Amino acid sequence: MAEVIEREEQAPEVPPSPSLTAKEAKSLLLTPVFDDNPIGRQVLGVCSALAVTTKLETSIVMSLAVIFVITLSNISVSLIRNHIPSSVRIIVQMTIIASLVIIADQAIQAFAYNISKQLSIFVGLIITNCIIMGRAEGFAMKNPPTHSLLDGLGNGFGYSTILIVVGFFRELLGSGKLLGVDILPLITEGGWYMPNGLMLLSPSAFFLIGFFIWVVRAWKPEQVEED
Amino acid sequence: MQNDSIQKTIFVAVALCLVCSLFVSLFAVSLHDIQKENKRLDKVKNILIAGGLYDPSVDVQSVYENKVVPLLIELDTGQILNSEEYPDGINVDTYDLKKMAADPTFGRSVDSDRDIANIRNRPKYMFVYKVMEDDKLQRIILPIYGYGLWSTLYGFVSLGNDLQSIQGITFYEHGETPGLGGEVDNARWKGLWPGKQAFDDAGKVAISVIKGQVNPKSEKAKYQVDGLSGATITTRGLDSMLKYWLGNEGYGRFLDTLKQGGARG
Repeated sequence: MAEVIEREEQAPEVPPSPSLTAKEAKSLLLTPVFDDNPIGRQVLGVCSALAVTTKLETSIVMSLAVIFVITLSNISVSLIRNHIPSSVRIIVQMTIIASLVIIADQAIQAFAYNISKQLSIFVGLIITNCIIMGRAEGFAMKNPPTHSLLDGLGNGFGYSTILIVVGFFRELLGSGKLLGVDILPLITEGGWYMPNGLMLLSPSAFFLIGFFIWVVRAWKPEQVEED
Repeated sequence: MQNDSIQKTIFVAVALCLVCSLFVSLFAVSLHDIQKENKRLDKVKNILIAGGLYDPSVDVQSVYENKVVPLLIELDTGQILNSEEYPDGINVDTYDLKKMAADPTFGRSVDSDRDIANIRNRPKYMFVYKVMEDDKLQRIILPIYGYGLWSTLYGFVSLGNDLQSIQGITFYEHGETPGLGGEVDNARWKGLWPGKQAFDDAGKVAISVIKGQVNPKSEKAKYQVDGLSGATITTRGLDSMLKYWLGNEGYGRFLDTLKQGGARG
C-alpha cells in the first residue's frame, strides 16, 4: 500500500480538460507502454510478471484479464469520483477492483478452462496488483472517464508488453515452444536444442525484465535516473 | 450532502456493495453451469487419456459413454457396489475425490506409518473405470494421487485386462515445477509406461520409478520407469504413490476381487 501512495505523487498529471484532444489521447494511451511502463519504469506488478510468464499463452490471457480489470476499474472509479468519501476511498476502489477480478476469473474458468488451471490463483491475485490500485488512486480519482479509460488501456498495454515479451522468451528458451507449438526441437525429443531450465523458474523473469529495462533505457536515455 | 458526512459515507458504501455484489453474483450464477461442464469434461478427457482412448479429433463425451463404465468400489473390502447399493450422497456425476477424502463419513484417515504417498486422508469409496470393447474388459482405469515436491498430484493409471501390465498414466492436476517435476505431463515420459509390469510373479507390487534411467538389460527393467531428471522428490512421490495405490491400502483388494472373477459385466 505504501508503494501505491508513494507513486501517487509521481503519476503523470494531466490537466482535466473536459474535451480530449487527439494528442492527449495518444499520449495517455502510449506513454505507459514505453516511456512510463508500469513494470519497467515504476517497478509495479512484478509479482505476477514472474508467476504467469512461463508460457506465452498464459501471459496473453493474464494480460487480457489485467487490461479488462484496469480499464473498467478506472472508468468506474472515475464515474463516481466526485461522490467517493475520501475516508473510504481506498476500500471503494478495492471493492470495485475485487468485483471485476472475480468476474474475470469466472469468465476465464468458463471459457478457457485449461488456461484457468494453469493461471490458478494468479487471476485472483490481480486484486493485489499495485498497477491497478495505483491507477485508480493516482489517476481515475482526479480525471474524467474518457481520460481514465485511455489511461487504463495504456497501462494495461504497458503491463502486457512486458508480460508478452517475457513470456515469449521464457517459453521459447525454456521449453523450445511458442504457444505450445514446437519451434526449437528438444534434445529429449530427438532434436538439437537443450532447453534452459532456468527460464522456467521465476528468477529468469527478473533477468528478462532487467534486460527489457536496459534496452528501453539505452533507447530512451532520458529514463535513466540521476544518482 | 457533503461527501465526507457519515450518511454519505454509509450510503456510498452500501450502494457500492449492492451494485458490485449484483454483478458478481450475476456472472457467477450464469457461468456456473459452463464451469461445471468444463470440469466434468476435463475429467472425462483424462480418463480417456489414461485409458488410451483419447484422440483430439473425437468427441470425448461419446467415446466415454460408449466405452467406459464407471464402477463404485469400497477400497477396504475390494467389493464392487451395484448402482442400487451406492451410499446416499455418492453418484458418478458429482463424485469429487478431494471432498470425499476430507468428508467424515466417506473418507478415512491413513495411518502415518502406512501413508507412504503422503495423502493423510482417502475416500472409502472410489470410482474406477472399466474400458469395454465388445463386452470384454480391455483396461481398468484407477484414480491415484499423492504428494510430490510442492503439491498433490492427481491422476489416473490404467492396467490391461491381465490386471498386471500398465497401459498408461496421466495427471490432470498438479503444481510441480514446470520443466522439472512438471514433466509428468511430458508425452515422451508418459510413453515409457505402457507395457511395464505392476506386480511381480508373487503378486507383490513391483513397479518403481527410479532415480535416473532404467538399464534395459536389467532383469528388473520391466518393473522400472525412468525418474524425472532434476526432480528427485517428485520422482520419489510418484514411486510411493503407485506403491500405495496398487498395494493393499489402495486397489489391491479390489484387483483381487476382479481376478477371482468378481468382475461383473
